[in-house]
Amino acid sequence: MNENNPTPPAPRRGAPLWVQILVFAALLGLLVLVGLGLARAQQPIIAVGAAVPDFTLTLFDGYAYNGAGEVSLTDLRGQVVVINFWASWCKPCEEEAADLEAAWRHYAAQAPGRVIFLGIDYVDTEPQARSYLAKFEISFPNGPDMGTRISQAFNRTMGVPETYIIDQNGILVHVQIGPFLSVAEIQRIIDPLLGR
Amino acid sequence: MDKKRLRISIFVLLFLGLSFLFSAVQVPPALAQEATPSDDEVNAIARQLYCPVCENTPLDVCPTEACRQWRDLIRQMLAEGRTEDEIKQYFVDNYGARVLAEPPRSGFFWLVYIVPPAAILAAAFFFIRAFRTWKQMAREPAGGSAASDGEASQTRDDYAARLEAELEKRK
Repeated sequence: MNENNPTPPAPRRGAPLWVQILVFAALLGLLVLVGLGLARAQQPIIAVGAAVPDFTLTLFDGYAYNGAGEVSLTDLRGQVVVINFWASWCKPCEEEAADLEAAWRHYAAQAPGRVIFLGIDYVDTEPQARSYLAKFEISFPNGPDMGTRISQAFNRTMGVPETYIIDQNGILVHVQIGPFLSVAEIQRIIDPLLGR
Repeated sequence: MDKKRLRISIFVLLFLGLSFLFSAVQVPPALAQEATPSDDEVNAIARQLYCPVCENTPLDVCPTEACRQWRDLIRQMLAEGRTEDEIKQYFVDNYGARVLAEPPRSGFFWLVYIVPPAAILAAAFFFIRAFRTWKQMAREPAGGSAASDGEASQTRDDYAARLEAELEKRK
């Protein structure tokens, strides 16, 4: 009896195959984008022992390195590099400003050409930054972090002050979160790198 | 008569001259007021910006020192005659596009405008489809049992007819 009354084909359900593939590809793409974004956001600061990526800092008017208005990290290879992130609105930055300047002057006199300090002004306005630099008589090269590109390369959740010390081979050897409390504290980190 | 006209003319000229002087004296305060942008004018731009230091707090209500400095800078730029777009561009150049409350409609940022509506449309599409399927499934068991009942009844009728025919034969 069933042979005489064959079952009609079931009505086609679901979207065409190409639509399903397209939707799943779009969802997959979205997941990958979200995943990459999350991974990027959670990237830790550059680890001690890792090579520091190159960057170029445009200096404030009145500051220069070897007569130029900008400085690249690769230009500093062979020297110990002290990179200090600061801002004029940051009170803890003021606590260490004089010590950093004193340490810079100490090494400029005692080990000329072997240690360089760089100040990077983070999320600041230029008039206030200039007042800050003048107030603490900061003489080492300083410049603004345009577009926060340099700070983002070091630490995606940057807070100031933060100081990164890089050895002569471009390897990060010390990360200081928060202010230095004395010149001696700075020297204790830099002197061994100079073989002292 | 001529003297009277002369007097009137002198009076009119004096009046016009004094009016001109008076208006000239009144102009500077008006210009001075325009040169100092109001808080509302500053905040109209500030609310479109976010300081990277204070996440999720619009610049116009952010209480930190960094944000106060930014608002002062906006006021200074407005006083210099810069437009809203120029000021926003200055902040983007200096601190990155992440300071904008509304991401720019360019490059990678287009995803912000395209993905959420696309996701909502896709979700609505799948929900409607799923809803229709559930509705169909809910209807099917009733329809399916009626059909089987009909078939069973037909089978019983055939059987009864054959049985009756057999009984007739045996009579």
